[in-house]
Amino acid sequence: MSVKIILEKCSGCEACITSCPFGAIEMRDGKAFLTESCTMCGACLEACELKAIERTEQEIAAEATDLASYNGLWVFAEQHKSSISSVTLELLGEGRKLADKRKTKLSAVLIGHGVKNKAGDLIAHGADIVYVADDPALRDFNDDPYSAVLTTLARLHKPEIILAGATAIGRSFIPKVACVLHTGLTADCTSLDIDPENGNLLQTRPAFGGNIMATIVTPNHRPQIATVRHKVMKKADPDPLRKGDIIDIKFNSQGDIRTKVIKTVEDLTQVVNICEADIIVSGGRGLGDPKYFALIEELAKTIGGAVGASRAAVDAGWMPYSHQVGQTGKTVCPKLYIACGISGAIQHLAGMQSSDVIVAINKDPSAPIFNVATYGIVGDVLEVVPLMIKKFKELRG
Amino acid sequence: MNIIVLIKQVPDTSEVKINRETNTLIRDGVPSIINPFDTYAIEEALRLREKHGGKIIALSMGPPQAAEALKEAVSLGVDEVVLLSDRAFAGSDTWATSYTLAKGIKKIGAIDIIIAGKQAIDGDTAQVGPETADVLGIPFVAFIKKVESIENGKMIAERMMEEGFDVVETSLPVVISVVKEINEPRLPSFKGKMKAKNFKVTTWTAKDIGADENLCGLKGSPTKVVKIFPPTPRGQREILSGTIEQQVEQVANKLKDQMLI
Repeated sequence: MSVKIILEKCSGCEACITSCPFGAIEMRDGKAFLTESCTMCGACLEACELKAIERTEQEIAAEATDLASYNGLWVFAEQHKSSISSVTLELLGEGRKLADKRKTKLSAVLIGHGVKNKAGDLIAHGADIVYVADDPALRDFNDDPYSAVLTTLARLHKPEIILAGATAIGRSFIPKVACVLHTGLTADCTSLDIDPENGNLLQTRPAFGGNIMATIVTPNHRPQIATVRHKVMKKADPDPLRKGDIIDIKFNSQGDIRTKVIKTVEDLTQVVNICEADIIVSGGRGLGDPKYFALIEELAKTIGGAVGASRAAVDAGWMPYSHQVGQTGKTVCPKLYIACGISGAIQHLAGMQSSDVIVAINKDPSAPIFNVATYGIVGDVLEVVPLMIKKFKELRG
Repeated sequence: MNIIVLIKQVPDTSEVKINRETNTLIRDGVPSIINPFDTYAIEEALRLREKHGGKIIALSMGPPQAAEALKEAVSLGVDEVVLLSDRAFAGSDTWATSYTLAKGIKKIGAIDIIIAGKQAIDGDTAQVGPETADVLGIPFVAFIKKVESIENGKMIAERMMEEGFDVVETSLPVVISVVKEINEPRLPSFKGKMKAKNFKVTTWTAKDIGADENLCGLKGSPTKVVKIFPPTPRGQREILSGTIEQQVEQVANKLKDQMLI
């Protein structure tokens, strides 16, 4: 696709300039001009009443892939220490729906060591086929061998779509897989759909710190690959009677392995991975003193949640970086997010505003956190949180 | 040791606001900055140079005004800067960007380490580092929070993961991406600022780096943006009233009703 200005039709009214999310339209010699910043998104098309901006379909002739020879939807089944990550089950839930829509099969690719007994869980959660590469050399996540397994399999079976979690692991090695297969990759998607006309995967993701959403397609390359955020897709209820095929993959460890994991160190300050938590209680600078994080921890413990922190609290050294929620930390999407003494800088909102229910506690009624809050309490966090702990304890018996 | 730092000029997204009437980004007066994650990459390169000697080249792809970001890198202490700028690069997705950067890197020559920020704050993809490594045919290690050692053609570094960190050994040359935990970026010195003022930024076009125009820009991009729209505003919003006790009670009951607690 390409966007161009039809100079004969352009009156120089400048109406298109403000419509451009990328600031890519300038006036030159009294006519609109698309600068290098143009991403051909087409947001300007509607702004022009004179229809002087046109979008043309432009095929990539050089790399025309035989699209019809690809079929099936794959999910990369991520596991830690032989336990399947929750994002994998979420992807199987969503993948099942998309595969049914596309009338195709859903497969899972499970890579690790001592993981074969988990293949049944993946089938119960919706997979028709599970490819298992079980080998001591695959025990720890490592970019080279993991991408080798996935790319070799993808070349052989030609799936139409590959989905992976937008986790540290997924975001580390999936780009290499996409690059080796020379296809498109869309990171960090929050919604997926199939275009009924052409079977393209419609991949929607936030950009500009969550200020805009973009829908992205990979029209001429296969497989279409996307990483998907934690918690935005719904797990299917497992059906232990579901039938599927388990296919063993032999891993050839003779390949080129240039990186190796010497050891893995668990972060002991972090009991729960905040990306996977259903409930997060976060604290910010509004607590006034790092010692009051004990209150946040107690509130979290009361309702079985994980502890998060704003960037300001992390930068001040009150909490380790692994707890940071926001654009420069982790993006989370829990069922319940309680923000305590967090003003809601845009970079924090970008990391938590898609949570299902948000409770905000802040003494400043004009704090931006209240713009995204489901329930807002204007008050001193040190007064509100202890009351909350007490009340929650009562309700939970 | 020769180091390349990949940098991107981005709009300061913390300053970006939405025009609620037209649902577009208001970019007027939004400053362009070096992608904040890249400042950690620059700082790490400076520290590695202090320890191991060598030269740092900052490389960027972007419109001509991205030269400003490279000049800022000069003020921080990098030795050379190269801007890849060509109309043919417009509309690049991460694959086409990585191809173009890899071509630029090959023209620069022998390199030991290429450092990128974890991701850029405008696109947030975290893909250009790993994809560039793949086009170059060298390894990639993401999310580095500490470089422990570099010796005998190998680097040992700590990679931040969701549940802790991995200690990873990799052969050189390598592309790494760094997280903000790795260091505290310095501010430009007065001398650095003076040097940057009149620094001539080397600019290379597609032809200069021998890039195939079919693989650059929009033409070379496997992904296409088909729609841009504002995020759906969040639904029901309640600021509660009454005493603090009453408000807490209301919230607790609502959460209980929704089976959240």
